[in-house]
Amino acid sequence: MLTTLLSGDFPRSRALSVLLLLVLVGLALAPFLVHGARALNVAATICIFVVLVASYDLQLGYTGIVSFAHTMFYGIGAYGVGIALHAMGPGWGPVALGTAAALAISLVLALVIGLFSLRVRAIFYAMITLAVAAAFAVLASQLSDITGGEDGRSFKVPEILQPSFRLMDGEILGRAIDGRVVTYYLVFASALALFLLMLRIVNSPFGRVLQAIRENDFRAEALGYRTVVYRTLANCLGALVATLAGVLMALWLRYVGPKTTLSFEVMTDILLMVVIGGMGTLYGAVVGSALFILAQNYLQALMGQASEALSGVPFLSQLFHPDRWLLWLGVLFVLSVYFFPTGIVGKLRAGALARSQKSP
Amino acid sequence: MSVTDSAAAVAQPVLSTHGLTVRFGGHVAVNNVSCDFRPGTLTAIVGPNGAGKTTYFNLISGQLPATAGTVKLRGQDITHLGAPKRTRMGMGRAFQLTNLFPNLSVLENVRLAVQSHRGLGINMTTLWFRHRDLIAKAEQILGLVALAERRDDLASALSHGDKRKLEVAILLALEPDIFMFDEPTAGMSVDEVPVVLDLIHHIKARGDKTILLVEHKMDVVRSLADRIIVLHNGYLVADGEPEEVMASPIVQEAYLGAGVADHV
Repeated sequence: MLTTLLSGDFPRSRALSVLLLLVLVGLALAPFLVHGARALNVAATICIFVVLVASYDLQLGYTGIVSFAHTMFYGIGAYGVGIALHAMGPGWGPVALGTAAALAISLVLALVIGLFSLRVRAIFYAMITLAVAAAFAVLASQLSDITGGEDGRSFKVPEILQPSFRLMDGEILGRAIDGRVVTYYLVFASALALFLLMLRIVNSPFGRVLQAIRENDFRAEALGYRTVVYRTLANCLGALVATLAGVLMALWLRYVGPKTTLSFEVMTDILLMVVIGGMGTLYGAVVGSALFILAQNYLQALMGQASEALSGVPFLSQLFHPDRWLLWLGVLFVLSVYFFPTGIVGKLRAGALARSQKSP
Repeated sequence: MSVTDSAAAVAQPVLSTHGLTVRFGGHVAVNNVSCDFRPGTLTAIVGPNGAGKTTYFNLISGQLPATAGTVKLRGQDITHLGAPKRTRMGMGRAFQLTNLFPNLSVLENVRLAVQSHRGLGINMTTLWFRHRDLIAKAEQILGLVALAERRDDLASALSHGDKRKLEVAILLALEPDIFMFDEPTAGMSVDEVPVVLDLIHHIKARGDKTILLVEHKMDVVRSLADRIIVLHNGYLVADGEPEEVMASPIVQEAYLGAGVADHV
């Protein structure tokens, strides 16, 4: 049962299992564990980024494709739903229509980019995706009649997802079961399902071929695998899942704009989360996203407290001033990449393996 | 197979190259090589270093596009088909410089070849380890090359000799009609060589497979080959029965050298 659900891909490290369970339980009960809109927003963002980062890892970590166009597909999903809801008003019809249109556009784009450029060497492919993604971002901000330009679009979501909606009277553990909670669980369940689906794909015969291509594409060809086909498929799958992550983000934020979806900053965040979590392991996406987004949201507050505590010490209080949080975030990442080159998951699994070999 | 059938099969080459040529700038690595390979035979390809033997292999198996000439498989022109297609049509290749998946396990290296042969690569919804028959097949082949105990090690952790054996195991897993061995025993220790040679012997004994073998060791060539072709500076300079070719003046001069020829 668990084997089927996790596709036989177990954490293979006690520490990692604990960490993953912690994240899973934390996210599953987030509306009741934490209070306030901000904390719930952090939890929903983690859910969505787990999917987004895992779909990127499908390309980077499993297949060895370096793409900078991942946020473009994410943006297509968000804009698809956003524009549909903005133009047609709230309802599930526009959500379905926007999602379907976004998936179709993403599929065609991924297919075209893939077939035209996955034959060339990795560095050229990376450059091409960078160019396409930049062009798309410019297009989105220029077509302001449709996309709302730099301001983006705010829209109304279907009634059941609106904050004013009440699923039931009264509260559970101090939280009213309103549309936000319903939306959160929609996001959480979708993210969980998509994650398990990807886990299945990377542990299928197809997924094994992807890893073979990453290891030695020349040899994979000699075995009879047409690497262009496999790369293109991996690319399309990653793009489609990223599109769905975008849809979830739009429904959660009730807003879509270039800064939250298409900006290069989002792309570098995704890259960092993949690397910190561990490339080539989907669990890395969970750990990486959770840590990164928590740090992004709470490091500043934490440093404010540290700075206050150190207010008597002249130099240190300045060093830990909340305004320096980005500097410390940077330092943390340099250190984590330096000490965990295979990511946190890689490090934990290697440690567990070494221990099990020492005591057979 | 009846006598007349096998006679017809002998008449029909399974693989042939016609005027096969590849040019790198001004250098012609393989020059107008025409040759037929019949099913059930083992052809040794010999020649000094740089004669174009491996390049000739690359042209046949599709790793390199030909500048001119044709390659035909069972009468069908495959000159413009890619390597994956040719593999799926029944050509298998073991590489000279070992060409493995270094960070995958020994078993996985072979299992991937079995999986390709069964045409299961595109399957996304099942779990790889539920295909037990593929794993069993891979384990059986590892047993043949005496690597069964190393199944869980990474391919990169193997010794040079074991890597060569893994190359051969991958080739066996593809179950090709045409086996192409590129110096399968090069760099192997003396006690490892028989494992590989016995395997080649075994494949040959089945009688329905075609084997192309690039090899430097003359005793190996003499014990296995039905026929020898000699490449020199990209040209096919000799073609015939082993004894006849080894005795011919052009071979002694071009490849073996007068001194070596005395005791061949």
